[in-house]
Amino acid sequence: MGKKGDENRNGPAQQHLDLSRMLAERGVTRRDFMKFCTAMSAALALPVTFAPKIARALDEVQRPTLVWLEFQDCAGNTEALLRAANPTVAEIVLDILSVDYHETIMAAAGHQAEEALAKVVREQKGKYIAVVEGSIPLKDGGVYCCVGGRTAVDIAREVCGNAFATITAGTCAAYGGIPAAAPNPTGAVGVKAAVPGATVINLPGCPLNADNLTATIVHFLVFGKLPATDSHGRPLFAYGKRIHDNCERRPHFDAGQYVEKWGDTGHRKGHCLYRMGCKGPETWHNCPSQKYNDKTGWPIGAGHGCVGCSEPQFWDTMTPFYRRLPQVPGFGIETTADKIGLGLASATALAFAAHGVISAFRHGDESEGAKED
Amino acid sequence: MAKPCLYEKYIWEVPVRVSHWLNFFSIIILSVTGIFIGAARTVALEPSQFVMGWVRFVHFVTAYVFSVSVLARIYWMFMGNKYAGWREFLPFLYRDGRRDMLEALKYYTFIGRKVPNPAGHNAMAGTAYLAVFLLYLVMMATGFALYAEHATGSFLHRLTGWQFVLFSNQGIRLTHHLVMWLLIGFAIHHIYSAWLMDVKERGGVMSSIFSGYKAVKAKE
Ligand code: HEM
Ligand code: SF4
Repeated sequence: MGKKGDENRNGPAQQHLDLSRMLAERGVTRRDFMKFCTAMSAALALPVTFAPKIARALDEVQRPTLVWLEFQDCAGNTEALLRAANPTVAEIVLDILSVDYHETIMAAAGHQAEEALAKVVREQKGKYIAVVEGSIPLKDGGVYCCVGGRTAVDIAREVCGNAFATITAGTCAAYGGIPAAAPNPTGAVGVKAAVPGATVINLPGCPLNADNLTATIVHFLVFGKLPATDSHGRPLFAYGKRIHDNCERRPHFDAGQYVEKWGDTGHRKGHCLYRMGCKGPETWHNCPSQKYNDKTGWPIGAGHGCVGCSEPQFWDTMTPFYRRLPQVPGFGIETTADKIGLGLASATALAFAAHGVISAFRHGDESEGAKED
Repeated sequence: MAKPCLYEKYIWEVPVRVSHWLNFFSIIILSVTGIFIGAARTVALEPSQFVMGWVRFVHFVTAYVFSVSVLARIYWMFMGNKYAGWREFLPFLYRDGRRDMLEALKYYTFIGRKVPNPAGHNAMAGTAYLAVFLLYLVMMATGFALYAEHATGSFLHRLTGWQFVLFSNQGIRLTHHLVMWLLIGFAIHHIYSAWLMDVKERGGVMSSIFSGYKAVKAKE
């Protein structure tokens, strides 16, 4: 990202770019570019035969404008993007986009920067893409997050409401994420909840996988529309499969080989983390195939259970992270569902045993056969 | 006064008894496999083994048997004789039923000495079975929702998906797990009450669920 050609500063929203020239300038070979297109078709769960199509589409691409808003966040998604695994090509593809506003990386500051944003909204209504990172607080009029004197919800309404589409980068922007965890002091919500009228595509994850962001944008550039989504607004190509069903440790799950203690033999041998509270069975994300950091690793691969970070309200519903089941409301931290269940069954047995003893010594209450009715 | 004649009356029809025993065996199998699924231990030496795989397979096949049995029994509430009928499970909706409930409650709490002894279910038992049938439906709804998770967008997933909108995924799992313990608690109570009534009513409740017949006094 970062450096943009001069021609886009005042130009119209859509322009032809000579991608081949840009690639050559950056020292990227055609072969690397084709490799990138193949990787993208894989990320999009398309057949390999789509790679040339993607290449052609990217060659002839029109340039949409992109603005990146940050609200209650840690900038982790920006970090993930800046450290993207395929920096050369992915960066250039993102360079195709005219990133007119991004607080972390733009050179402009203050009113000048805000003016750039206002200009995009004014001049490219319904055409630009907004990316949002971080949750939006609604409590007390939204005062807990202000940029340039305006509340996050106010900015989001204007920017996301007028965008062609909004991509939420990370769980906070998608569903409120960690700022929305109980007791949610700022009344944080995701973009769709804050701006119900906006067209939103959710890319949750903590952080999101930059490959999925690139793939979503490539999908948009190639097909001219947004990818199909699930009921949580997440693209199916990236969130259509459950982690548990694609996990490299799944054979150990099916066999019956589990890590029972951190650092035990099973852990060292790479057995399944189910007993250690892995939330792979309730989380939808392509981490097992797409992975992070140049496809070198991902949490379960590194020996830590999945915490379900790409699911709505994960901080509240997936905890305790190192237990399979949530705590039963009203009971202590150490009380598991099974302890409660066993207690209940034993109490029942005891109560009825007592009832039985009394009944056995009680006479004169016998009857002789049921009454006919 | 001459003792009224006792005769064997056909109370529990075949579908009632078949569904009762299918439920009995399914719940045992589902609980044993379910406890293993919930608190898995390392049982395999080789990754090529398939212990958890088989346990889950047995759980799911039994789950289908159980569901068909429960649905068939619900169907029979409308098609079978009056002892199988849905009114037996809702005694609190009508006056006689409420009176019978009170009597049964008095007997169970040692306040009254008159053992309830109807030909079918006593009113308290009927109410308890209503609760149990609701728990069965909860198990089926949550179970099939969890089951459908491996096939996103499938028919079953869309059929059960509303639960994930209303409750969290983990909440559904916890419910599925906790209700098992409620059913185990019910089983303890159920076997005890059947024994108690067998002894006190002397109508042969215990054998009636095998044979279908109970000893009933002829009207004078
Ligand atoms: C009386 C009936 C049932 C009992 C007692 C029972 C018990 C259990 C228990 C204790 C668990 C472990 C839960 C956990 O800790 O995560 C479980 C898991 C499960 N049960 Fe059931 N269950 C019953 C009926 C059903 C039905 C009707 C279905 C429908 C298909 C079903 C499908 C499942 C599934 C899919 C799982 C999760 C398996 C996994 O994550 O690998 N169960 N069951
Ligand atoms: S490690 Fe987690 S996701 Fe992988 S098989 Fe085990 S439970 Fe499933």
